[in-house]
Amino acid sequence: MNAVIGVFLGFLFGAGLIVAQMTNPRKVLDFLDVSRVWDPSLAFVMGGALVVYALAYRMSRRSPRPLVGEGFSNPPRWPIDGRLLAGGFLFGVGWGLGGFCPGPALTALGFGGPKVAVFALAMVLGVLLHDGLFKSRSPF
Amino acid sequence: MLISEHFTPVSALFGGVILGLAASLAWVILGRIAGISGILARALKGRFGWEQGFVLGLLTAGLLARLFFPELALAHIEAGYARLILAGLLVGVGTRLGNGCTSGHGVCGLGRGSPRSLAATVVFMLAGVATVFLWR
Repeated sequence: MNAVIGVFLGFLFGAGLIVAQMTNPRKVLDFLDVSRVWDPSLAFVMGGALVVYALAYRMSRRSPRPLVGEGFSNPPRWPIDGRLLAGGFLFGVGWGLGGFCPGPALTALGFGGPKVAVFALAMVLGVLLHDGLFKSRSPF
Repeated sequence: MLISEHFTPVSALFGGVILGLAASLAWVILGRIAGISGILARALKGRFGWEQGFVLGLLTAGLLARLFFPELALAHIEAGYARLILAGLLVGVGTRLGNGCTSGHGVCGLGRGSPRSLAATVVFMLAGVATVFLWR
């Protein structure tokens, strides 16, 4: 049951990314490139998603549990530490080099083509490398 | 600074609302954060559950776009293979170390008003802008 819901949610998420052209690294790099002509599209994607999510999150506060799951998996309240900031920095550098973050990379992998496959493979390797070196403390 | 002629406010906002809806449903239905880096990491281990399904859904969306809307299935990749490998490794390690990416921190975390997610989002945005400024 959860797997079927997962497929639907992933499909919807991917469709949103495709409609917004976030699956095109050039579009992402044109947002991050503020030195010449700027394409603010990515900010509109995040803004639109953010408003919808904030409303849904607020509404969910009234219900004791999700519709199907056993409970809401609220992230633990860790402090802002060096690990968070270092991770954000490394991710940002990788994002700026390739123009891909995880969601768009996995969606564009469905387009086919060797370059996105190489990126996705390296990304999976990076995840496994990290989770092998550090015992992941993240519950999600 | 000039605004690019490729700026697409309407489709960007529309696409953002769709993926925001998907992330919202993950929370309301399953009680889970739709952070793709976390979903991917968990999909790589364990039996077939919602995470594996989610990754399959992303791939399917890409595949169907390729088959039925090829004009939307564009991924113009400027980087060469060496740079892509480095980029992929950094994205993989970085998102795990920082416990999140654009979706987990940038959408879900900010939507929940998390100070950690705000800090992470500011850092990866600035790092991304600085990186592009240096190499492009």
